[in-house]
Amino acid sequence: MSDLATLETSILDQVAAAGDEAALEAVRVAALGKKGSISALLATLGKMSPDDRKTQGAAINQAKDKVTEALAARRDVLKSAALDARLASETIDVTLPLREAPTDAGRIHPLSQVWDELTTIFADMGFSVAEGPDIETDDYNFTKLNFPEGHPAREMHDTFFFHPKEDGSRMLLRTHTSPVQVRTMLSQKPPIRVICPGRTYRIDSDATHTPQFHQVEGLVIDKHSHLGHLKWILHEFCKAFFEVDHINMRFRPSFFPFTEPSLEVDIQCRRDKGEIRFGEGEDWLEILGCGMVHPNVLRACGIDPDEYQGFAWGMGIDRIAMLKYGIADLRQLFDSDVRWLSHYGFKPLEVPTLAGGLSS
Amino acid sequence: MKFTLSWLKDHLETDEPLDRLAEKLTMIGLEVENIEDKAKALKPFTIARVISAEQHPNADRLRVCMVDTGDGGAPVQVVCGAPNARAGLVSVFSAPGTYIPGKDITLGVGTIRGVESRGMLCSAAELQISNDHDGIMELPADAPIGAAYAEWAALGDPVVEINLTPNRQDCTGVHGIARDLAAADMGKFKDPTIKPVKGEFPCPVKVTVEDATLCPGFALRLVRGVKNGPSPEWLQKRLTAIGLRPINALVDITNFMTYDRARPLHVFDARKVKGNLVVRRARDGETLLALDGRTYNLDPATCVIADEHGVESLAGIMGGEASGCDENTTDVLIESALWNEINIAQTGRKLGINSDARYRFERGVDPAFMVPGLELATKLVMEMCGGAPSENVVVGKAFGDDRVIDFPVTEVKRLSGIEVPQPEMKRILTHLGFMMAGPGPVVKVAVPSWRTDVHGKADIVEEIVRIYGVDKVPMTPFERGDDARKPVLTPLQLRTRRARRALASRGIIEAVTWSFITKSAAKLFGGGQRELEVANPIASDLSDMRPTLLAGLIAAAQANADRGFGDVALFEVGQVFKGDRPQDQFMAASGVRRGFASSEGLGRHWSGSVQADLFDAKADALAVLAAAGAPMQALQIVAGGPGWLHPGRSGTIQIGPQNVLGYFGEMHPRALEALGADGPLMVFEVILDRVPEAKKRPTRAKPLIELSAFQPVSRDFAFIVDRTVKAGDIVRAAQGVDKKLITGVNVFDVYEGKGIDDGKKSIAIAVTIQPREKTLTDQEIEAVAAKVVAEVTKKTGGTLRA
Repeated sequence: MSDLATLETSILDQVAAAGDEAALEAVRVAALGKKGSISALLATLGKMSPDDRKTQGAAINQAKDKVTEALAARRDVLKSAALDARLASETIDVTLPLREAPTDAGRIHPLSQVWDELTTIFADMGFSVAEGPDIETDDYNFTKLNFPEGHPAREMHDTFFFHPKEDGSRMLLRTHTSPVQVRTMLSQKPPIRVICPGRTYRIDSDATHTPQFHQVEGLVIDKHSHLGHLKWILHEFCKAFFEVDHINMRFRPSFFPFTEPSLEVDIQCRRDKGEIRFGEGEDWLEILGCGMVHPNVLRACGIDPDEYQGFAWGMGIDRIAMLKYGIADLRQLFDSDVRWLSHYGFKPLEVPTLAGGLSS
Repeated sequence: MKFTLSWLKDHLETDEPLDRLAEKLTMIGLEVENIEDKAKALKPFTIARVISAEQHPNADRLRVCMVDTGDGGAPVQVVCGAPNARAGLVSVFSAPGTYIPGKDITLGVGTIRGVESRGMLCSAAELQISNDHDGIMELPADAPIGAAYAEWAALGDPVVEINLTPNRQDCTGVHGIARDLAAADMGKFKDPTIKPVKGEFPCPVKVTVEDATLCPGFALRLVRGVKNGPSPEWLQKRLTAIGLRPINALVDITNFMTYDRARPLHVFDARKVKGNLVVRRARDGETLLALDGRTYNLDPATCVIADEHGVESLAGIMGGEASGCDENTTDVLIESALWNEINIAQTGRKLGINSDARYRFERGVDPAFMVPGLELATKLVMEMCGGAPSENVVVGKAFGDDRVIDFPVTEVKRLSGIEVPQPEMKRILTHLGFMMAGPGPVVKVAVPSWRTDVHGKADIVEEIVRIYGVDKVPMTPFERGDDARKPVLTPLQLRTRRARRALASRGIIEAVTWSFITKSAAKLFGGGQRELEVANPIASDLSDMRPTLLAGLIAAAQANADRGFGDVALFEVGQVFKGDRPQDQFMAASGVRRGFASSEGLGRHWSGSVQADLFDAKADALAVLAAAGAPMQALQIVAGGPGWLHPGRSGTIQIGPQNVLGYFGEMHPRALEALGADGPLMVFEVILDRVPEAKKRPTRAKPLIELSAFQPVSRDFAFIVDRTVKAGDIVRAAQGVDKKLITGVNVFDVYEGKGIDDGKKSIAIAVTIQPREKTLTDQEIEAVAAKVVAEVTKKTGGTLRA
């Protein structure tokens, strides 16, 4: 074997033996660096005869190429192995549990959710939302709504009162959201289309009554709206709200001081082990009261009952929330028990829309 | 209002089955609440005879009875614990498989102390026909063995209960209910004329009415020589069926008239009444022992009937014990009067008496029936008790005001949408006792005296519609019109809605707490004023309108902690009250974080267990404000807050001192102690009404964005300042140097301790400089940096850290 062949074999052996990139670099410098063994051989070419230079030059350059190639190949191997080793050392336990995302942990109370659902449905029908104070005058809560002083109908509402003022008058906690209707009629010219959701109060406490509860009332005043429209609106609302294709409703005559004629509305349902299905079954469940606004109420609010007419309805937000979402005890709505709220509440991104469904 | 089917049939000739009648009642506005059909419920209970009753071998108190059930089979062995079980007794038997209403069980074949029992002998309580459970029922010896008990005992008359609306006084009597049903095609109304009973002598008792507004009419008559005893069986059964206790014929007649004719009456024992009767206001200090056995203290607001002894009766509400009728009554004064509705209601409420008479009088009885009612009662008294009647004494009015309404027949269509033929309107109104005259289009409608609730056109429409059928109202689509679709929520409603979603998105759970809180909690948070104190609270701890949501939330957090859920984050968006005027009510958004309920997440975690701190509360408050559309750049954070917050760990969010939007921080330990809650608790409260309304913009397009072609430069500075210096002041000073060039100032380090003098701290800020028109030279950048140092030094007394 020639010297060159020996040198080449030796260098290639060293390349193969290099354990890391630093060692490999040392081999490269020793072979191909300025003072490297192959570089030294190349330097001898200048002193050779042209013939020798031709043969030797080709042989040396060939050896150089081989070494260069081996170095590159070895470098790739070493680099890859080093990366593998680093990655191996970087292993993380991917089974460690995450924190619950805030958008999964947070909750919207069922009453707020239903508030949003109601608003969405009625806004689509062209209703705006009116609100008023919880602390009301006797005049707005009763008198203007055609509850005569001392009339037994006032006793249907077990009213919370405040202490009498010096002039003998006393404020009360509104027993229904109807005073908002009064405020709307006094401040707005017909046509009027509003819903009035809000908190209401009566002295009562058991599984189906709490001293505070929530109502949504609707009011339409114009020159042509009658019971037939009212019936249609309530029908459309119930289908949309309970998210069913059809619903059977029963309208029956009743009495409220502020409407004439007055109706109560039942929906047909089937109760099965605590679950309620609408649009089927034998039971009639009362869900709301309604009627044509009483002429006395219109007059008290400065509207001529011979020129204008309209209707109003009212229902319990708590009650329809309970019906829709299968909540058994009204009191739990106000218990603030996080277990209950997490179960019956809604995630913040579950925003009711008509396009995407009220509850999905 | 309760009545039985047979009672109804006294007033209505009908072949309609009960369920049809019931359905119709509901559909014409007389909602049937309940039908109690004892014959149906008690069908399996039969009459049986005890053949033998032997001592139970293993139990002293039990007997083993052999019972003849009358089915022709062998006697049945029954183990019975009743002391009166004895041979020969006729009683009521139920076989295995029978549901026992009084015990809410279904009977099975049992073995009692080793002896088999194949049925049960029943007490009246077990059948729920009385409260009598002293032994099994004892029936007459001739009762038919094997027959159904309920049928034999004539319990077969179903009891109907209707939920009467307060306007239908006329239907507090069966007669009125029958009239409505007849109008609705359910049969023929029986309404024979009531013939007056001729008086045989003048009534010796004179009547004076002092105040005709309290007593518009008063009729009285004496019946002499009556024999008062138990009323006839038919009457007793009816009263019992609707839950009244038969007392004696005279009293039972008044109760019957109340329920049959909606005509409450009163009977005085004439021999116990001294002198003449006067209807007057009670005098201060007068009392009356009433028929309910209670003594009432009276005052001039109460209307009474008095004689020379004093007060004998609470007018229209309840009679007095002293002049009441009993078995010894021989002369009876029958009173039929009209009373002022409001006065009756107020008196009844004040004295706490809910009598059948009050119920009717406060709703307004038929004035025209005052005298006929007296005649009918006289007739009943004479039929049941004999006696000779006097002439009537009538004071005041014996009729109502004529009410004739001009009624455009088009009103029916206008209000209800139904097309009702005019002859049908007339038919309905006539059946209900109205009179309709004239060809239309505007007819005259005369209202019958008993319909005290009908005053106007709308009332007439209701009468026609409810009888014609509410189900015939045509469903009519409600056009929303061609108005542009616009958002319907007010700015405050939108803020409220967004505040909720924003807070829930931060992992907080929404609660809804009571509007009322305890007085002490209200005071703690600056409330508790007298005008916000409920005069009649449902409970002493729900006495005051809340000035804050925090009291309710803190109590809720504590309640959850007590249940074992100590890491809890709750929020509420709701009304708070600073006074009793509408403008004193505000919409607040508040939250509380407890334990490991930080904004990082709930509970301890391997990635770091983070206790909630005041910066979580600050972030919550600012998230709400951002969601509510507050001008975030204009908000100022000022150290400190109200007294219920930790003085060194609280902040006030404001836009100038005049507009405070809210607070955040750690609850003051003393406040927590007063509220009975454990801390630390991080809280915030923001008043959404105080967020200034954003200017309305004419276009939805966003302002043009300016994207600089030049790279921003960031320079870091560390300042040594007094510990009391606020980081916010350093940031503001740096920002103020050049509002155009400096686009961001960020605090990236706060340090106190080794290397820094006591009472000092180091605050490091990164200042972003954004060139606008050209790349800045080093000198230009240095100039800005120098200004930052100078400005911070000037505003805070700090020095650049070496």
